[in-house]
Amino acid sequence: MRNRFTTAALDSGALLFGTAKFPLTRRGVTIGGGSVIPEINFTLPPMDVEQGSMEEVKKIYLEMIDSVCRRAVELHQREIIVEFELLPEMTLNPVWGEEITALLQRSLEEFLDRDGLQSLLRITPVDIRETSKPPRRREGREVDTLFDAFRRCARAGGDMLSIESTGGKEVTDPSIIAGDLRGIIFGAAILGSADMEYLWEQICSIGKETGSIPAGDTACGIGNTAMILADQGYVPKVFATVVRAVTAVRSLVAYEVGAVGPGKDCGYENAILKAITGFPMSLEGKSAACAHFSAIGNIAGAYADLWSNESVQQVKLLSGMAPVVSMEQLIYDCRLFNAAVNKGSAGDLRDLLVDSDALLDPQAFILRPDVVRSLAKAIVAEREDYGRGVRVAWEAVRLMKDAASHGELLISDREGSWLERMELELNGLPATSMQFVSEETERWSDAFDCTQYLVETHA
Amino acid sequence: MDLLQDIALNVQSGYTEKTRKAVEQAVAEGIPANDILHKGLIAGMNVVAERFKTGQMFLPEVLAVAGAMKAGMTIVRPLLEMTNHESLGKIVIGTVRGDMHDIGKNLVAIMLQGAGFDVVDLGTDVRADKFIEAVEREHPDIIGMSALLTTTMVHMKGVIEALEKKNLREKVKVIIGGAPISRNYAQEIRADGYARDAATAVDLVRTLLNSTRATAAV
Repeated sequence: MRNRFTTAALDSGALLFGTAKFPLTRRGVTIGGGSVIPEINFTLPPMDVEQGSMEEVKKIYLEMIDSVCRRAVELHQREIIVEFELLPEMTLNPVWGEEITALLQRSLEEFLDRDGLQSLLRITPVDIRETSKPPRRREGREVDTLFDAFRRCARAGGDMLSIESTGGKEVTDPSIIAGDLRGIIFGAAILGSADMEYLWEQICSIGKETGSIPAGDTACGIGNTAMILADQGYVPKVFATVVRAVTAVRSLVAYEVGAVGPGKDCGYENAILKAITGFPMSLEGKSAACAHFSAIGNIAGAYADLWSNESVQQVKLLSGMAPVVSMEQLIYDCRLFNAAVNKGSAGDLRDLLVDSDALLDPQAFILRPDVVRSLAKAIVAEREDYGRGVRVAWEAVRLMKDAASHGELLISDREGSWLERMELELNGLPATSMQFVSEETERWSDAFDCTQYLVETHA
Repeated sequence: MDLLQDIALNVQSGYTEKTRKAVEQAVAEGIPANDILHKGLIAGMNVVAERFKTGQMFLPEVLAVAGAMKAGMTIVRPLLEMTNHESLGKIVIGTVRGDMHDIGKNLVAIMLQGAGFDVVDLGTDVRADKFIEAVEREHPDIIGMSALLTTTMVHMKGVIEALEKKNLREKVKVIIGGAPISRNYAQEIRADGYARDAATAVDLVRTLLNSTRATAAV
């Protein structure tokens, strides 16, 4: 059952790192209750993951969890969040994912008993529904296996359940490459939302059954794909910015069917979702440069209740192994966030984080608190996903144009012409969702299987 | 204006219909298909590729241009086939076993096709035996492999070993790419080249094909 948000929970003044309107407490750890907690994620070095290498795989995971926890204790960190992002093989073979979850949780409990280090474990299976082409999203072996992985990992000690789901990607991938905003609205706001509703109802149900927290999703496969391509100069940054705004419509659905946060780290739309839902969010920025580059290294921190490194592989750097390096960086970042809170200067630090990035890139600009608030309001003002997608896209274009004309955002003439192009595209959209879905389903009939989404295409 | 220059300019501007008409006119005037291809269509695409590489064009704009190129190729290709024209090169491309990421691989395929190469896309999660089958069936000049994960990049080596085992390694060049891939890794697994992005992949393919053809000519 989906309960749509019709108002935004937070105004721009209340949008702040470490503080959520609805904090979350589990096993002595409170997220969004006044402090920012580091969320560490790590992955294997180049190696094959198969039955024959599983002992080695487990050994490496044990080394990684042990070393990051040890560094946290040495740096007097009292709370950490660990994310175990299952590799495809570990989701396709859920017993492997279950065994590693249990191993990580055991290690975390040992550090709690011995050193008082409090922790929670987020488990994130891979959306293996993409294994079949076209993806079978609601039936079949991959779907059953995915939910089996969630269930097993939750029972083995996963405190929080997340996923980087990929519904609609069959349409958004080619749309990003083609700079096709109409396709983005269809793929993300219509297909993505329909898939999220189905998927998160299942995940929330597993959460109820196992006692784990249904945390949240990320539109990484859409928003971050556009962001990285924009960073490489393949697509305009203003286009990637509007893509990001539209992804918020789709990621919001998890919270409308029962997820309660913290949203997953690489979803930069989490800023908008925090404003709407009031739930705590994980974000990542400069200290995730080990995984990918971005233009939002500081400003993303303005909303972080958890501060993440995204992921880093177990390789040796001059100081030590990379996950330990990430752990140290995150801890120092969090010390600064939390010192600002304790001195009553959190608002000042938030403003510095915002001001240091917002002028230079449109993708940073739309994370400005006043802009986030406007985008959040645009989304909740509409009930239908189509209306939400169109309205938030319009709002993002309008805000960028306005800011550029007032010297609050630097964009090149080439980028500026894309704002005009997107306005034209938005102006040409059909008035009703039904008509839009019908037209787009026809246009993309070779790209996706509409029976896997169950969107209404006819009146 | 020279008709071939006209074709090149229409391609550069992404004018699909004008390109098609100009190519039809060139054929009607008896201009050799090979000249239409190289001095018209590819000359136009080369300008576009350079603009893209130097940050003067976005990919969606290149795609519009690729549409014009395709319109011209549809007319020229049958004529080239009748004259035993040598293909610019054929590339078999895929994301390796266990890896479902494909946008980077798709971009490489688009750029290669835009540059006039024949591309056979095997998709994602491609096992070594599928690459071998494709090499035996398609006789490509190059195979391109992509991976985004540290745990799937290792399968690239398996494909190269499978090619060696089947005595196919000398017949095909191997290029690799993807977020965790480096030039060092390419050397380590004995690939012939590494490209950091789609634009440089086109350059790499050209360089490898030129060296292969120069060697063959010697």
